[in-house]
Amino acid sequence: MSTPILDILWIIPLLPLLGAATNGFFGKNWPNKIVNTVALSATGLSFLAALEAVREFFEQGQKLVHKEFFDWIVAGSFRAGFDLQMDQLTAVMVLVVTGVGFLIHIYSAGYMAHEGGYYRFFSYLNLFMFFMLILVLAANYVLLFVGWEGVGLASYLLIGFYFLKKSASGAGKKAFIVNRIGDFGFMLGMFLLFKTFGTLDFAQLFAKAEPWSHESWGVFGTFTVACLLLFTGACGKSAQLPLYVWLPDAMEGPTPVSALIHAATMVTAGVYVVARSHILFTHSETALVVVAIVGCATAFFAATIGLVQTDIKKVLAYSTVSQLGYMFLGCGVGAFGAGIFHLMTHAFFKALLFLAAGSVIHAMGGEQDMRHMGGLSKKIKVTYWTMLIATLAIAGFPPLAGFFSKDSILLAAFNREPGWHPLYVVGLLTALLTAFYMFRLIFLTFHGKQRYDEHHVHVHESPWSMLGPLVILAVLSIIGGWLAAPSFWGGEDHFTAFLAPVFGATHEAEGMTEAAAHSLEIILAIVAVAAALIGLLVAFWLYLKQPGKPSEIAKSLRPIYTTLYNKYYVDEAYGALIVKPLLALSTNVLWKVIDVEAIDGTVNGIAHGATATGDITRRTQSGNTRSYAVWVVIGALAVLIIVFWPAIKALAGGAQ
Amino acid sequence: MVPTQYYLILSAILFGLGAVAFVFKRNIITIFMSIELMLNAVNLAFVAFSQASGKVDGQVFVLFVIVVAAAEAAVGLGIIILIQRNRQSLNIEKVNLLKL
Repeated sequence: MSTPILDILWIIPLLPLLGAATNGFFGKNWPNKIVNTVALSATGLSFLAALEAVREFFEQGQKLVHKEFFDWIVAGSFRAGFDLQMDQLTAVMVLVVTGVGFLIHIYSAGYMAHEGGYYRFFSYLNLFMFFMLILVLAANYVLLFVGWEGVGLASYLLIGFYFLKKSASGAGKKAFIVNRIGDFGFMLGMFLLFKTFGTLDFAQLFAKAEPWSHESWGVFGTFTVACLLLFTGACGKSAQLPLYVWLPDAMEGPTPVSALIHAATMVTAGVYVVARSHILFTHSETALVVVAIVGCATAFFAATIGLVQTDIKKVLAYSTVSQLGYMFLGCGVGAFGAGIFHLMTHAFFKALLFLAAGSVIHAMGGEQDMRHMGGLSKKIKVTYWTMLIATLAIAGFPPLAGFFSKDSILLAAFNREPGWHPLYVVGLLTALLTAFYMFRLIFLTFHGKQRYDEHHVHVHESPWSMLGPLVILAVLSIIGGWLAAPSFWGGEDHFTAFLAPVFGATHEAEGMTEAAAHSLEIILAIVAVAAALIGLLVAFWLYLKQPGKPSEIAKSLRPIYTTLYNKYYVDEAYGALIVKPLLALSTNVLWKVIDVEAIDGTVNGIAHGATATGDITRRTQSGNTRSYAVWVVIGALAVLIIVFWPAIKALAGGAQ
Repeated sequence: MVPTQYYLILSAILFGLGAVAFVFKRNIITIFMSIELMLNAVNLAFVAFSQASGKVDGQVFVLFVIVVAAAEAAVGLGIIILIQRNRQSLNIEKVNLLKL
């Protein structure tokens, strides 16, 4: 059987790299049309190649494809090669990355048309695609880490795209530095894995790890430590507590970047790594519990902040953090399939939400504050309807995508031992909050009174290059969940079944008949939808029926409101507890003592010493001829004395 | 026959006078002359040794010294004339342009 694309799997990441290089090196003076043709065809071809690769993968019977293209690092028994692999999990990720990525490229072509640095933007965007594809296609942790760091770089470049704006360049640095903390953990985890198993290749490593005994709750063995270290990295990349702080700030970047990198793809890399390492995680009860609790806590925590934000992109940013928490909750309760499923549906509807928000911002001429919007639904119809679909999807209304994916996570959380039920309750509560803040966004933006000055803002619908991707993503947000839908009617969950070769059989509730399990699922689904409905109705009542109420409530609950509005003062706390002491230490010790005194002191000291020596010895070169004459005489005498020293000594001895 | 030590003592006295004059005199021509004095003190020592040892090496060496001294005198006097022309003085203290 011939599998042309699978044999040259590297073509998928290479195409965007070529696009990035072409635009980056030569695009400066090209017209926009050529720049976006290059960028779009690079990603488009990459998407087609990915489609073909996945088709071939199916055709050859869905067996793991592992290709070694060349050796990269070989040292003793250690080998890290440029090895790519294709399995079910990679197939999902590659299609999401290239598919959503391509749609966002199309959108960007319209959105960025009036911005400076067009070629730079597309070069970075293609570079991001390259690294992200390396990340998901890599067949070992080292190569994965290359992609991991690379997407961090691309993210940094794109957050700081408007680098003349202080807040944007600051946000870029913040993202990079916070991620660095996680990456440190990730590297330590890799070292520990290599030390224990002697390989970092996925297939070999997992095969070696499989027979090891499981570590129960509270045992801090190799697996627990390695998993927690890897999870630290995932926390940084996927913006989980306590390292989530960079993601809301990352909204300084252009909106398509927020959609692609900070919602749909890059931030899910952490979830991907946890899912990819699921064999390690399932060996450690402690690690799973930590993942579940961190995910659940983040989901709730971010959702509460999202309740009161007024910047349309900030709401979506906190929503992203919250939804990523859901994915980790899914992984933590052992339902890796559900976590990845939510990753996929989230990529659709969150990309759509961001792109639609971008379209709103575009229509409002750059306004991002929802308090200055309102009543836009009639003026930008396509944007409104697509955004409404995405909102329904994220809130979890059937039959949209978010319903099935969120439901399967909550079900998995409920099906674990009773000790896990608090996680389910918090997850459900978060679903309610999600519905509330998302409909708050919709009502504030599109309904109610118009709160902007019509003479200043000329509201206009975006061009079709921007609306097209919105419509496609809206369709995906509707049908994306149907892969898992049949399970709702007692059938097979196709998505989980598809991923089963990677993740193994799913955790079924034990001691329960299929019928009981099924009726339980329906009850839980009804509860979840009810929660979402309550959120919707509260938002409807507060923001449409009683527009004065929210500020009244805010006033009566002043402390809570200000705490939420200021994001629990986490940034301030980090600033006071970490940044300030670190700055003080750096300024007073590292800079003023070690750098200035020790390092500069040594260098300058040597120079001063040379000058001082020169100052003294320079006096011998007086320019006075007679002093030279004296030196000649002294020198001659010295030579004489040295030459005749034995004779002089003998003479002196003889004299005695 | 005059003992060799006498020649050597005379040579040392002449050389010492030359060296002292070389250091303390200010006139360039005087300094030049003191150098000649030292050279000739050495020549005397050479000749004395040659006579004492009965070999001609020392005398050959003296001839060389005289030739070199002649050449040196030609160059040195040329320099002295130039200094005189440029500074209207032969005071060695005034020749100090190399000083920083």
